[in-house]
Amino acid sequence: MILGGGTGGTLTANRLRKLYKPGEAEIVVVDQDDNHVYQPGLLFVPFGLTDADDIVRPRGRQLHAGISYHQSSIDHVDIDDDRVHLDDGTTLPYDVLVIATGATLVPDETEGLTGAGWMERVFTFYTAFIDLPIKCPVAPLEFCFLADWYFTERGIRDRVELVFVTPLDGAFTKPVASERLVGMLAEKGIELVTDFNTGEVDGAGGRLISYDGREVPFDLAVIVPLHGGAAYVGRSPGLGDELNFVPTDQRTLQSRAAANVFVIGDAADVPTSKAGSVTHFEGDTLVANIAHHLAGEALEAGFDGHANCFIETGFHKALLIDFNYETEPLTGHFPGRVGLPLLKESRLNHLGKLMFQWIYWNALLPGRDLPGLGSTMPAAGKTAAESTSSTPVPEGA
Amino acid sequence: MTTTATTTATIGATTIELTDDGFFVDPSVWTEDMVTELARREGIEPVTDGHWNVIRFMRKEYVEKGAGPSVRALGKTSGFSVKELYQLFPKGPAKIAARVAGIPKPRGCI
Repeated sequence: MILGGGTGGTLTANRLRKLYKPGEAEIVVVDQDDNHVYQPGLLFVPFGLTDADDIVRPRGRQLHAGISYHQSSIDHVDIDDDRVHLDDGTTLPYDVLVIATGATLVPDETEGLTGAGWMERVFTFYTAFIDLPIKCPVAPLEFCFLADWYFTERGIRDRVELVFVTPLDGAFTKPVASERLVGMLAEKGIELVTDFNTGEVDGAGGRLISYDGREVPFDLAVIVPLHGGAAYVGRSPGLGDELNFVPTDQRTLQSRAAANVFVIGDAADVPTSKAGSVTHFEGDTLVANIAHHLAGEALEAGFDGHANCFIETGFHKALLIDFNYETEPLTGHFPGRVGLPLLKESRLNHLGKLMFQWIYWNALLPGRDLPGLGSTMPAAGKTAAESTSSTPVPEGA
Repeated sequence: MTTTATTTATIGATTIELTDDGFFVDPSVWTEDMVTELARREGIEPVTDGHWNVIRFMRKEYVEKGAGPSVRALGKTSGFSVKELYQLFPKGPAKIAARVAGIPKPRGCI
């Protein structure tokens, strides 16, 4: 039983279908709607680079033959009784449950965000479709770079002030990439405001107000609202944490709630970016461990936290970063000594990002192996970090 | 491969090892009598009952869950709203309270 028919749920279902013959396992996917969104494409919509229609496909059609698709929202999961209770009145029993229902936006949690000006001068790019944890720390940066490019192309860049406001202490969560990205923001004339934890959005007055009382004025705000897990997680006793994410072993992807409940993608509380690449790389470990669990074998501590992100920088260029739980994004090349340049703008990376949309629908979701792209992070081709910590050492330390 | 440069600080008579961003390398060496000095280094003086409640809550969460909570989680579980937490720890409740409580960097601050 797989809850969620997005990136994680779809690739898990398809890989399990390949692993088990129809008589060996029944596979059911549940989702509340039939719109599978290619989320990386959302960034391109506001700049006219893609249409919303081009990045949405039916969920059920992405599933291999022999997988049932049940469309309903979820009321709750009873982990003691191994049953899922759906809002359409159906109760579905399971042997193994996979939680793949992702993250949702909770704009109501920030004072004033959905008040005056919401969807007039205060927007989010996840809606065609501010804080911790950030779903994907590079997405708002990409938005800034694309806005810089867009206004430059339109010949009005000198009349537009761009400010990137972040709760992080730099442009990224890890020092080497952060230093590079801070430099790029400066080169492009984008102001950076750090450690800004937005407590209130004053849409009418055009102000962001942080919890520590600082203000940033705006004419137009594009905001990444707070995230939480799916609401049904909160209605399922013992399943989730206070933000409705599911506590999960970061190596085996087994939930801490029950041995027969596994978690993939944004729904898990593991310390990774909430990004499609992470979900993709989790797939190998998740499917292997479901098989181990069903066979009564020990689980593999296989997932290394691997993430791999193209960062669009405008002007037909992009940057690539590749990292895991232990290794921060470094310079060099991916996946080996010859390959795409890391942490460096290039046209090749931009082409890689564009090509990825085809790969997503035609190889990643169907559960095909991608040549040269294993689930564990490759170390060859990476340049070791010089110590470039940008974090100040506390006084007296 | 990790890049965990460390540094040391002397609190009272004890020398402690800190990560390069100021968190305890070994949370087990922390004691409550270090709190006043640790707080002073973060610009917090005096340490009120409110500060103590948050610091003890952070310790408890760390012991139970192996990680300190993010500011949002703290706002939902500690009994203090995020606004009140910022009044107590203006430079960032989760980060500063974790440093004073001698626990690792909270997971929300990836």
